Amino acid sequence: MTTATGTPAAARAAKRPAPRRPRGGIRGHEAAAGWLFTAPVLVLLALFLVLPILMAAWVSVSDWTGQGNPFSGGAHFVGAKNFSSLLTRDGLARQDLMTSLRNNFYYVLLVVPLQTALALFLAIVLNRRRLAGRGFFRTAYYFPSVTSSVAISIVFLFMFSGGGVVNALISSAGGTGPNWFADPDGLIHILLDKLGVHSAPAALANHGLLGQSWWDWLAGPSVAMTALIVLAVWTTSGTFMLMFLAALQNIPAEVEEAALIDGASAWQRTRLVVLPMLRPTLFLVLTLGLIGTWQVFDQVYIISQGNPAKTTLTPAYLSYTTSFNDQQWGQGAAIAFILFAIIVALTALQRFVLRERKADAG
Amino acid sequence: MTLTERTARARKPYRPGQLSPRARAASYAALLLFALIYIFPFLIELGSSFKTDADATNHPLNPLPQHWTLAAFHQLGQQDFPLWFANSAFVAVSVTAGRILFDSMAGYALARLRFRGRGAVFSAVIAVMAVPSVVLMIPKFLVLNEFGIYNTYSGMIIPLIADAAGVFIMKQFFESIPGSVEEAARIDGAGVLRTFWSVVLPMARPALITLTVLSFQGSWNELSHFIVSRQSPQLNTLTSGVATLVSGQLGKGNQYPLKLSAALLMTIPVALVFFFFQRHIMRGTEGAVKE
Repeated sequence: MTTATGTPAAARAAKRPAPRRPRGGIRGHEAAAGWLFTAPVLVLLALFLVLPILMAAWVSVSDWTGQGNPFSGGAHFVGAKNFSSLLTRDGLARQDLMTSLRNNFYYVLLVVPLQTALALFLAIVLNRRRLAGRGFFRTAYYFPSVTSSVAISIVFLFMFSGGGVVNALISSAGGTGPNWFADPDGLIHILLDKLGVHSAPAALANHGLLGQSWWDWLAGPSVAMTALIVLAVWTTSGTFMLMFLAALQNIPAEVEEAALIDGASAWQRTRLVVLPMLRPTLFLVLTLGLIGTWQVFDQVYIISQGNPAKTTLTPAYLSYTTSFNDQQWGQGAAIAFILFAIIVALTALQRFVLRERKADAG
Repeated sequence: MTLTERTARARKPYRPGQLSPRARAASYAALLLFALIYIFPFLIELGSSFKTDADATNHPLNPLPQHWTLAAFHQLGQQDFPLWFANSAFVAVSVTAGRILFDSMAGYALARLRFRGRGAVFSAVIAVMAVPSVVLMIPKFLVLNEFGIYNTYSGMIIPLIADAAGVFIMKQFFESIPGSVEEAARIDGAGVLRTFWSVVLPMARPALITLTVLSFQGSWNELSHFIVSRQSPQLNTLTSGVATLVSGQLGKGNQYPLKLSAALLMTIPVALVFFFFQRHIMRGTEGAVKE
């Protein structure tokens, strides 16, 4: 580790007329060192992030079937065929993609608000003054977030099995639990059935969008998907609770004292003082939640493999099976890009919606 | 824990005042109920691992076995479980070591060294953080295949070392420490590399511990990358191996004690790391908010 005086830098320093401090030399070193220090990370990101995306972009417009090398003659350019058979042409590919989008949509619709609300609730209760066992509670709620999705999926498979923990609890309360991971009925369909609508009304069954009837679009999450939703809320709320707790600690005590003097009740203080101050964190949690829930893969891979009746199929899992199992690599890559576009679009939309409201309130 | 608690109190954080006894009782009841919901599944996992198959099926709600048995663990020992465990440990340690070195170097350069293009490099790192990892599954397989490192340890380890979030954590940390010590080292004639290695890195201990814990936990729990980067059973890690145990060879029939004991054993290392370094993990998460 010698302090070598780099020649180009030294030369540049020498050219300067009478430098007051020998800064030029140090700056020259810094530039070289800066690139040297960032080079490994840049190379890794280029090789395993940028390059893969470019390769996948080519495969998504090719007919590669896993035979030979897709970059030297093993695949042919087919234009937007993979995308059109997924999005515009009627067929199994589009039907599966639309089913997976529907499933994931209901998953996001339930998981994001539930995990955010639960995390916020736990953080607010944990933040109370003079609370015994705060450390214990915080650890208990956070621990599921650090354990592996595989281990947690196994525990949930056991708990939600036909004769498992959850159904034992339900039957001890006098009910009969469903056969969770084998039950494809949608929650909205079940609710309609209870209300006396036993089969699809013709208006919904005969009309549709993108190859699916309205009746199918409006099925709601299946019972099996509901168990996956519970799993997601249970594992992720701890992380978000910590974020809310950190934000609550950043609110100065004077704010609360002022509200107290003004005679605000505990509920008013929470709703009118605390919640508005948590807005940036709320935004962060919603964004992370939205991005994470559109990527659900591990639990589907381990627990349900898209079953029963494709009601737990998600775009991420569909992309994987289309490529690795069916060898339709072009279509699998195309699904990945569609999913990417959805996540980007929804994140942008959410930014836009939350900004607007902020402007109105202000 | 007590230290953070104390400093937090010194800064007088927002903590709502005295509650009525009824509201207090309700708070504790809610906290305890949720603690039960969060802890009970782990008790079930722990207890059922020592049960017989019939016992697990017939008394799912009772975490205590009727007859304690180590049968599930013996059975795991006869499977490839020890191999999976070794693979997981090797991959997690390699990934963590690589991330510590490269992330701290890049983080330091982005925080402290002035060079043309620094802003562009930082923007690139941030942009990369925004790409959803699930979208990269197929692309990663393509690139590993192309480089001829599919189904090798290198293919399993090297892509995971690319970690933009870690660079970000280290950059944030280096920006928060005063530059005077480095200045002193420079005046004493130490070069950039020497200053980094013997002055800056030792000071970065807290951030390095956070990074170590997050990296170890992340690579130990990683599943999707090991699904697309290998196919040989010899290269199974705990996550991919136990996944085959669940969905593949045994079918969905039963053998819950076997699966739960596998889940239990694979949780132990991260649980140990968690309880030893709890403060650092939580700080990492809170850091996302506090910056």
